[in-house]
Amino acid sequence: MKLLIKNGTVVDPANKKEEKADILINNGKIEQVSKSINSKDAKVIDASGLFVLPGFIDMHVHFREPGFEYKETIESGSRAAAKGGFTTVACMPNTDPPIDNQAMVEFINMKSKQVGLIDVKAIGTITKGRAGLELAPIGELFKAGAVAISDDGGTVMNAEIVRRALQYCKMFGMPLIEHCEDVNLAGDNTVNEGYFGTMLGLKGIPASAEESIVARDIMIAKDTGGRLHLAHLSTAGAIELLRWAKKQGINVTAEVTPHHFTLDDSALVNYDTNYKMNPPLRSKADVLAMKKGLKDGTIDVIATDHAPHAELDKDVEWIQAASGIIGLETAFPLIITELVNKGFLTLSEAVKKITINPAKILNLEKGTLSVGAEADIVIADIKKEVVITEEFFGSRSSNSPFIGSKLKGSIEIVLKSGKIVYENK
Amino acid sequence: MTLKHLIALQDISAEQITEILTLAKTFKEVNQRNIKKVPILKGKTVANFFFENSTRTKTSFEIAAKRLSADVLNLAISTSSVTKGETLIDTIRTIEAMKIDMVVIRHGVSGVPHMLTKNISSNVINAGDGMHEHPTQGLLDMFTILDKKKRLEGLTVALIGDIAHSRVARSNIWGLIKMGAKVRVVGPTTLIPRDIEKMGVEVYNDLEKGIKGADVINILRIQLERMKKHLFPTIREYAMLFGVNTTKLKAAKSDCLVMHPGPMNRGIEISPNVADGAQSVIEEQVTNGVAVRMAVLYLMGGGKANEIIN
Repeated sequence: MKLLIKNGTVVDPANKKEEKADILINNGKIEQVSKSINSKDAKVIDASGLFVLPGFIDMHVHFREPGFEYKETIESGSRAAAKGGFTTVACMPNTDPPIDNQAMVEFINMKSKQVGLIDVKAIGTITKGRAGLELAPIGELFKAGAVAISDDGGTVMNAEIVRRALQYCKMFGMPLIEHCEDVNLAGDNTVNEGYFGTMLGLKGIPASAEESIVARDIMIAKDTGGRLHLAHLSTAGAIELLRWAKKQGINVTAEVTPHHFTLDDSALVNYDTNYKMNPPLRSKADVLAMKKGLKDGTIDVIATDHAPHAELDKDVEWIQAASGIIGLETAFPLIITELVNKGFLTLSEAVKKITINPAKILNLEKGTLSVGAEADIVIADIKKEVVITEEFFGSRSSNSPFIGSKLKGSIEIVLKSGKIVYENK
Repeated sequence: MTLKHLIALQDISAEQITEILTLAKTFKEVNQRNIKKVPILKGKTVANFFFENSTRTKTSFEIAAKRLSADVLNLAISTSSVTKGETLIDTIRTIEAMKIDMVVIRHGVSGVPHMLTKNISSNVINAGDGMHEHPTQGLLDMFTILDKKKRLEGLTVALIGDIAHSRVARSNIWGLIKMGAKVRVVGPTTLIPRDIEKMGVEVYNDLEKGIKGADVINILRIQLERMKKHLFPTIREYAMLFGVNTTKLKAAKSDCLVMHPGPMNRGIEISPNVADGAQSVIEEQVTNGVAVRMAVLYLMGGGKANEIIN
């Protein structure tokens, strides 16, 4: 079956392309990209006035299966991803049981195929049971199809284990993704250390809790030459360290979430637990540093840290409330509204950070609109308004601080391997 | 003025504070009568939810409500953890379903009274939430100062000790600044929370400098378990650096009032001589607490300050 996307503006940063072009899809693959393609037997999608982009890749999601299916499943998460334009995601391993062995990776891959909406990749743990004490079977995880290793949700506090894991991963070319938060400095604190935490009587996580681990891991990456990726950076100092490391030629990449480049800790004044996340929302200056880090290329990737939680996890006392928000479906509108429309990134630069850049980090042959590539394609209207409501979400959870927001940037059609997996009707 | 909830002094205006303090003066007079009971809240039910131990605040609210003829329900609930069964909101809704009118809540987690206002229809009075605020304590402290000094505006008030963990400090800061006082916070660098100066206070890490020329000092209780969190090395050292004794008190004005929200650690943050000395108004704070809480409950019940109470 052939599909022809006509009259759209193709933005394909991997091929340095931004032009009006048609795309012909045959058997789930891109067969031709050029001006004015005509095909008698193809079904035509008219993309006049719309942008045609490579399918997005989110290298940091929590799909909660197995163990927490009441929050999200691979099925509901895939639906949310498709709606948000993400045709590939990588699941963090903090499930119950955690993804720390071959069977668990195979389970994720099997579920992904059964659901069949998007590609759901597994990230394995760094340590057994995410306990931070001994290495997980990293080679076995890799062979089963894990795309990275991470103990996300917590930091591997033992620097020797981080060093050995980074060394060991080199054999597989696989990145180690660190959640940067010194447990002693962070304690059981829940908000940014600063004026708002002080005012609200909520104990603060100092910026140094993140920055000290960023600095530690950068030096270990320098020492080992291992591939380090830093998850969800949130402080200006962390970006500064990253900028320095890149200047030294150290093998390190990093991501930032849409909420950390959009929201600051002044949003906490009503104790709304949908603003409780980890890392916490930081100061206005930190938010600006995220935007600048994205603009100058210091930050490689935008990842959502999609963290579904049910009402019963959130509708409790602040301290007991779960951390995190869902992000797959609000990511693109936030990127357009906060970064593109405010002049921090061009559309092409923004698309790069959710396509080819994460693809390269995870060694995926994805994120382009090259001829021969899988037809993972997003058709978007960046001028169209999106109103975020509770009903808007395909996710099983609706823990989003953006409910009530009006944003720009609507996902209209999403193709996975040439098949329509989402259509905005 | 009617008051739906009292969650934080940050949220209310100088005019509202003045009205409460003026009304409290009338109730203080009621408390000195032979018959101390007035029928203002007859038929109303006040539920005291105390999720943290408290003797003085709970008793004070109970007496205040009873002197206004309300029926009072005391619930001491040791746990609030969702994993141990019923959620907090369910617990309170259950009691509310029995048709109560006002909820007084003390809870160890900042923001809980705020959360209740979104989930129940009764009036909510914050009797202390985590490290956030303790608005009736702030009001009774201001009432006590006003009673002695006849003004708040232009006075210099020093809050001494563990500012970081103190809800009393935060309520005092907001209230006093709104009323035109100058507020200093005095304590070890580890117990002064980041960016507190943005609340409008001056920060001191030296006790004698911090109380120099002060009209009022309010000495906060030091929690002995703070040592375990590496916030200061020893109680002995804390007492040496920040304990107020008669010698150090001389740095303040000679008529400086000495306050303490209680319970005191005698010999640690305050020496017995200072606690029991001529400048101490610590017991009067407790007395005034009842009057201030009566004023707050009265306003919640729909009463107006200019009504004659008889």
